[in-house]
Amino acid sequence: MDNKDLQKTASQVRRDIVRMVAAVSSGHPGGSLGCTDFLTYLYFEGMKHNPKNFLMDAKNEDVFFLSNGHISPVLYSVLAHVGYFPVSELSTFRKLNSRLQGHPSTDKKLPGIRMASGSLGQGLSVAIGAAITKKLNADDSIVFSLHGDGELQEGQIWEAAMYAAANKVDNLIATIDYNGRQIDGDLEDVLSLGNLEAKWQAFGWDVLSMNGHDFDSIRDTMQTAKSKLGNGKPIVIIMKTEMGQGVDYMMGTHKWHGSAPNTQQLESALNQLEETLGDY
Amino acid sequence: MEFEILGNKDTRSGFGEGLAELGRTNQNVVALCADLTGSLKMDEFKKENPERFFQVGIAEANMMGMAAGMTIGGKIPFTGTFANFSTGRVYDQIRQSISYSQKNVKIAASHAGLTLGEDGATHQILEDIGMMRMLPNMTVIVPADFNQTKQATIASAAHNGPVYLRFGRPVMPIFVKPDAEFIIGKADVLTEGTDVTIIACGHMVWKSIEAFKILTEKGISVELINMHTIKPLDVDAILKSVKKTRCVVTAEEHMRNGGLGDAVAQVLAQNDPLPQEFVAVNDKFGESGTPMELMTKYGIDTADVIAAVEKVLARKK
Repeated sequence: MDNKDLQKTASQVRRDIVRMVAAVSSGHPGGSLGCTDFLTYLYFEGMKHNPKNFLMDAKNEDVFFLSNGHISPVLYSVLAHVGYFPVSELSTFRKLNSRLQGHPSTDKKLPGIRMASGSLGQGLSVAIGAAITKKLNADDSIVFSLHGDGELQEGQIWEAAMYAAANKVDNLIATIDYNGRQIDGDLEDVLSLGNLEAKWQAFGWDVLSMNGHDFDSIRDTMQTAKSKLGNGKPIVIIMKTEMGQGVDYMMGTHKWHGSAPNTQQLESALNQLEETLGDY
Repeated sequence: MEFEILGNKDTRSGFGEGLAELGRTNQNVVALCADLTGSLKMDEFKKENPERFFQVGIAEANMMGMAAGMTIGGKIPFTGTFANFSTGRVYDQIRQSISYSQKNVKIAASHAGLTLGEDGATHQILEDIGMMRMLPNMTVIVPADFNQTKQATIASAAHNGPVYLRFGRPVMPIFVKPDAEFIIGKADVLTEGTDVTIIACGHMVWKSIEAFKILTEKGISVELINMHTIKPLDVDAILKSVKKTRCVVTAEEHMRNGGLGDAVAQVLAQNDPLPQEFVAVNDKFGESGTPMELMTKYGIDTADVIAAVEKVLARKK
């Protein structure tokens, strides 16, 4: 997909995100907007997968695990547009009897979701487990995961990081959404991660970095990451992003991590985001 | 009825044998262990299937998440550590990544209850049955002896869905036949009787057999049920039995709150309200001591089962 088409899709995904959270006055727009470009790239270009025939076992296809489950709006919109389920279903987000739970779940059998997430810190272990099973099955497809930077404050992440390096889980590409903000404020003020790159290196990972809002940077880095698979080291990409990317008043602050816009704010957001593929 | 003692072994060794057999018969079975391979008797599986054994180190949360992920692609993971570190320490990981996500993980939990012994209360979990039976989608199995633990291990692999398999450390008499059929959710009625129903699980089944012998000598007709599956509970077996006996004693190596006794009390309250006495640890942490000393001190010995039977018979109208 060329950058123009990716941008077109990402613009529609961003419109979906703000409309979805505004409709139910709840949800997490900030991180969703920040990871829109990455997930658009991953599902429309970076991954080998079967949206029309979703199978839990994911044999011979790439899999993605969203560890920071609160940014479900962006995942749901991308999954819908790439063909896992009807785009119209986005209107049910967070409503009673919906398959689109506040945080992703397998409980309601939504195609595209293989693991519940929401309680933070669990997705890297899950991704490692799935990667090991791929190796046991002689399946050379790839496991991808995404984690919030605040999520790295959970201890389980570092248990998993230690395991993957010690056991050469090298069919896994983890990405960190490094936006520097969390619910209570700036990450530096809440609990600093210190030198994040040095931490992952010290744990034995191959560390790459990219600009999460530049499709060339995302594409180049993902291709580099793929070229490093099978080298005996797990791979992590530290992805610099802006929480709230694309909506001016949501950027530069942590305040839109978990708050939905009101009617006026929604209108202002939609004025900044072009409707490219048609609203749901 | 005579109970022939077929030998003396620990239930954890039954798990080890069952897992080894699964290693030979089912290529999808994998095992993970958090630095307690010897204690869990997983050595044989490890030796025979090194490529399917995963040493995760002292990192139980990661082990549970990895096990959940390994099911994607068809593996059947067994996690191995003490019951304390298999439940309380990793409750949220089990809840979200295994139970809510409906993953086919088997949680093998050894050294459960007071009979872990000298290590003391930090390791003697008495709340695990309660925690696990509260989780939707979870099956909870507490086998009674070595043979039954082996059978339950093999049955767990054939069951599609999360299973909590609880067993222990001490050497105890073996009385279940090696070729007995084990069906998850189907209780074993060990003796038929008309005066009182004793419903027990785990090590307390043997203690209840001892009590049965003494009560029989006293002329009390005991129906003894080995309730090896706590969830799903065999409601039919309970109701059928109490229809005859009109009173119940439950016996478990667990806290009174949340365990087998609670599960049985719910069934009675909703279907056939009857007197029930509870042989269980009553809202206390354990302490260091030998397994048998602790069972006596904390009120889950043979004498406690007998006393509970006498009490419930006195309450019976």
